[in-house]
Amino acid sequence: MESQVNREGPSQPERREQERVSAEAVCPTKKELLYQISGTASGKKQLTRYDFEAALAALDSGDAPEYWRSLEELAGTKEFQEQLHREFPKGASEWLDPVSRRGFLKLMGASVALAGLTGCIRQPLEPIVPYVRQPENQVLGKPMFYATAMTLSGYGRPLLVRSNEGRPSKIEGNPEHPVSMGGSDIFSQASVLDLYDPDRLQTMIYEGEIRTWPSFLGGVRGQIAAQQAVQGAGLRILTETVASPTLAAQIRGVLQRFPGAKWYQWDPVNRDNVRAGAQMAFGQFVHTQYRLTDADVIVSLDANFLSPEFPGFTKYAREFSSRRRPETNPAARPFTTANYTALPDRPINRFYSIESTPTNTGAKADHHIPVRFSDVEKYARILASAVGVNAGGGNANSDLDGKVLAAAVKDLQAHRGTSVVIAGEQQPPIVHALAHAMNEALGNVGKTVFYTEPVEANPTDQMAGLKELVSDMWVGKVDMIVITGANPVYDAPVDLNFVGALQKVPLRIYHGTHGNETAANCSWVVNGTHYLEEWSDVRSIDGSVSIVQPLIAPLYGGKSAHELLNAFGAQPELSGYETVRGYWQSQIKGVDFESWWQKSVHDGFVANSAYAPLNLRVKMTSFAPPAQTAAGNTGGSVELIFRPDPCVYDGRFANNAWLQELHKPMTKVVWDNPLMVSPNTAARLDLEQQDVVEIRNAGQKVEAAVWIQPGHPDDSVTMFLGYGRQRAGRAGTGMGFNAYQIRQSTELNSVHGVKLNKTGRTYPLITTQGFQSMVGRHLVREATLEGFRKDPLFATRVEKEPDPAETLYPVYEYTGYAWGMAIDQNACVGCNACVIACQSENNVPVVGKMEVARGRHMHWLRVDTYYKGGLANPQVYFQPVPCMHCETAPCELVCPVAATVHGTEGLNEMIYNRCVGTRYCSNNCPYKVRRFNFLLFQDWNMPQYKMMRNPDVTVRSRGVMEKCTYCIQRIQHGRMDAEKKDQLIPDGSVQTACQQACPSDAIVFGNINDKNSRVVKLKENPRNYGLLADLNTRPRTTYLAVVTNPSPDLPEAEKSEHA
Amino acid sequence: MGQLFHRSTNTIARATIIAAILGVGGLFWVMAQMQRSPYTNFRGVARNQPVPFSHQHHVQGLGVDCRYCHTSVETSSFAGIPPTKTCMNCHAQIWTNAPMLEPVRESFRSGRSLVWSRVNDLPDYVYFDHSIHINKGVGCRDCHGPVDQMPLMWQESTLQMEWCLNCHRQPEKFLRPREQVFNMRYEQPGPRQPVTLDGKAFTSQLDLGNYLKDKYHVRTVQDITSCYTCHR
Repeated sequence: MESQVNREGPSQPERREQERVSAEAVCPTKKELLYQISGTASGKKQLTRYDFEAALAALDSGDAPEYWRSLEELAGTKEFQEQLHREFPKGASEWLDPVSRRGFLKLMGASVALAGLTGCIRQPLEPIVPYVRQPENQVLGKPMFYATAMTLSGYGRPLLVRSNEGRPSKIEGNPEHPVSMGGSDIFSQASVLDLYDPDRLQTMIYEGEIRTWPSFLGGVRGQIAAQQAVQGAGLRILTETVASPTLAAQIRGVLQRFPGAKWYQWDPVNRDNVRAGAQMAFGQFVHTQYRLTDADVIVSLDANFLSPEFPGFTKYAREFSSRRRPETNPAARPFTTANYTALPDRPINRFYSIESTPTNTGAKADHHIPVRFSDVEKYARILASAVGVNAGGGNANSDLDGKVLAAAVKDLQAHRGTSVVIAGEQQPPIVHALAHAMNEALGNVGKTVFYTEPVEANPTDQMAGLKELVSDMWVGKVDMIVITGANPVYDAPVDLNFVGALQKVPLRIYHGTHGNETAANCSWVVNGTHYLEEWSDVRSIDGSVSIVQPLIAPLYGGKSAHELLNAFGAQPELSGYETVRGYWQSQIKGVDFESWWQKSVHDGFVANSAYAPLNLRVKMTSFAPPAQTAAGNTGGSVELIFRPDPCVYDGRFANNAWLQELHKPMTKVVWDNPLMVSPNTAARLDLEQQDVVEIRNAGQKVEAAVWIQPGHPDDSVTMFLGYGRQRAGRAGTGMGFNAYQIRQSTELNSVHGVKLNKTGRTYPLITTQGFQSMVGRHLVREATLEGFRKDPLFATRVEKEPDPAETLYPVYEYTGYAWGMAIDQNACVGCNACVIACQSENNVPVVGKMEVARGRHMHWLRVDTYYKGGLANPQVYFQPVPCMHCETAPCELVCPVAATVHGTEGLNEMIYNRCVGTRYCSNNCPYKVRRFNFLLFQDWNMPQYKMMRNPDVTVRSRGVMEKCTYCIQRIQHGRMDAEKKDQLIPDGSVQTACQQACPSDAIVFGNINDKNSRVVKLKENPRNYGLLADLNTRPRTTYLAVVTNPSPDLPEAEKSEHA
Repeated sequence: MGQLFHRSTNTIARATIIAAILGVGGLFWVMAQMQRSPYTNFRGVARNQPVPFSHQHHVQGLGVDCRYCHTSVETSSFAGIPPTKTCMNCHAQIWTNAPMLEPVRESFRSGRSLVWSRVNDLPDYVYFDHSIHINKGVGCRDCHGPVDQMPLMWQESTLQMEWCLNCHRQPEKFLRPREQVFNMRYEQPGPRQPVTLDGKAFTSQLDLGNYLKDKYHVRTVQDITSCYTCHR
């Protein structure tokens, strides 16, 4: 949380005060300030009933823009109109903060400094500190890359991490690993900020006092000996889902030593239903993998497989996108109609999504059916019966749904062996069993669907386990509990009263990286290591083992879970390295261990360790539904769905300011968890945008702020987990609303019949959706596959692109390199990995919720979300927007000090040390991609952040404009490497950060003067078009238009009727 | 009514105008001189160091190559400052008891680094890369001066942007064959001392420079004076 520390972050005593405030309450001063921004007396900057009706009317009358971004735009509200005419939202360029003595002194200081002619200062003298003994292979100034892996909820994410002089500074996917293939996701990209989080636990603590590791070992030795006497009957170990074979073996070793002890696992977003579904279908736990490259038809039953929270997301995103390219041969040149109209070898897939919460996965669907969470089972049964599973059948909720399902069935049957049905993680076991049965009935098993041994080390029913643990704790059976990683005090179901039960345990040991809610309730707190600081191992979704190697010694002398567990074994002082290596030494036979180890650590994974597919048959024969059906929701009650937050997941990333400030894929809300409500339900319940409602469930209640989300199913609301933390740290504490406060152990994923009561208050939800709008232009261009075949050049016909000769400027010949980028919107899945990758690579600061509200956010790359069609079921499009690097850039002409100029390779160069902050360039940029440092958003003092930053990119100061540079530092390094070998830069050797992170290969960067480069091939694609190219800006970044593949049985007309 | 101003005020007024013009001009001149003076840019100022290391002695006297200590100069942006171990390679054998070298031995014993004062220090918004300059035939001496004659290290050039551009705008005036980059005694070709390269004898620097520009694929002046070359 870089800025809040500096800028609007509360002072130390204030912060303590704030931590005491209950989770749903927000610091009142913050609130007042936000109301000030909105500028009206009531503090309402929201969609009123009147506006909502106006939006509907606009849609009905056809006055609405074809592609729209927000309800405010549809309604044409006054605020929206005003925003359109402003360069920045109201408040961005004004000084609205109350003048404090500190602020006054700061301003005065700045004025004095300015008066002192800052340009003429002497360089400060700097020391230079060499090594005493320089490590072998270390070349100062050259980054090193190490393979490792991150663990999240029981699955490994294989990574390649850049280290600058021993400081891990950038995370990439491991390009050699079959699961990652170079792609990565927001959680792994942002994890480097977690490593340097100044709020991490920095010492071991016993009852509030600082202790050391030896004192911990000494302190618990007595109790361990006492447990030995009773066979460990009072010892309990609570972990997250363990994915490390070594850790599992260690815990099993402890259980052997203490036969009475028990091991439980708990993840609030767990896969109990997946496991139960497999148990139901096969009688055993299995792990399901998909091969989407071979799937012509995909049906998702509420599965969010294109979202970073889904295990194997990088693999599925890449495979899915590889089948969303409608050309016969995308590399074919020169362009001829024949090349693009013949049927491709691997035709574009067709994706049906049945979805209870609008997600970026559903946004990619050709046909999207929004249904309530509880109806997904019914729809699964309809599909299953139609493809030959004895599942009872049923009727769809509407004719249109029925038609879409029928089309899906027809497609599934026509693509036996090349289709796939994917069940959502949160869906009940029966849906998983039905999906297994359907895949078997369609002959997909072994072709697009594979079953393997479970990837997690110890698949158990986590909910049942946690219940057992809590009841043991209540009756005093537990003398000693070791909690590692998990945070049950915050995220256990509220009816278990975990925190109450925990107090009954005499010795409570917490191990983790942050002093969270659970740590606050434990007697011993052992500060843990971040995964970049420890030796460990993990399996990825294909079962292959990655050795997790550290890139840096523990910053605060923390201990890994392996080292903690060793305290309960025979060798308490054994290091994590010796433990992990020792485990594999005992497992690997018949090869030279040393070379096996070297190769596995170096490659980032153990060769040939992926699980072989199992040959399984579904044992269940009848899936007949139970007699009673779910009661419909009437009156004020609705169905409530709990989902992991797309940015902070289950709350573990709540203190990660990059993820907090990342716009969520659908709502573009930052720093909060909105309560998603469909437009119809909002109208029925008389709710308006940003209304605070009280949700009651089973005697518990929580407040939440309403967000009206087009495409959300009616009579159901979605609340995201992970917010309302009380002890997350300076970025996460007190943000949003805590959904765990009403989550019951019996209804972990959805609840029937909750009551929403309006409180009459409002809460400011901040969204970036309205900012940087280029309204009224043909920004998204789309055709159906049929339309594309008829007219492959459809995208270029929308706007006339002026002839290159039509210009007042002298034409510049680019003779050397000419950099350009092509973004395939059909491949983009809207996962935001590029945004975080850019933030990490380019030292982009975080500004905080209030500053985002003022439109001062700093992301160089944004992903715009566009909607088309009615409010009930709109089509959704994603469009990543970096700087276009226009050849005739409007920004350059208006800069009075030539701080932004054109380079000889076509880059629009932004020179910070020359910029005086007039902001004319931003005013003149039609794409709104320039960001101004209104304040000193970077934290220049925090020593941890200094270690984190990319040393090849300037850390910008206040008063300076900045924007996407096409990762100039990478171009320069690539160039120098090539020139030293007297070569040209080979195509593909320079990747921008966004391109490298993109799991779906949607962004391609390269030299457009090299006719064989990938980017040229994409730009020669008929789908290629420039954004606002009719302005004759000649953007170097161009887009490939969307081509959807709707079923021929479902004509366009019917689709829009669905609205 | 008598005259308000005495006649002499005319002269005073003229003199004031001239003085003001001269004064303002002078002020700018003073500022420009300040900006280029060693006071601001430290040019030619020998630095105090924990150990009075003499490049003159090691390079000229003993003939140690630059790259023995500055190991990464050909591969990395950073030329590299030798670790204490490099000093001790020799000084474990010779001058083992010299009091002057005690900080070096102390560093080696304790594992604590020597803290040198940085002599050639570019501002942090400049991204300079040694390796590419070496590779294109820019000699060490062209920027660092006669290091082999410096008993204590000082900064030879201003390291200001105009100085950088002086070469980036006319690289042919400075380039030398790659083999000569580390040669501290290299002299530019002239009618009396031709430089032979690829079987050709060059008698003028411009001929040689232009030949090397082609040979080493030095980019155009426009390319290497665009802002992103050094700033990002």
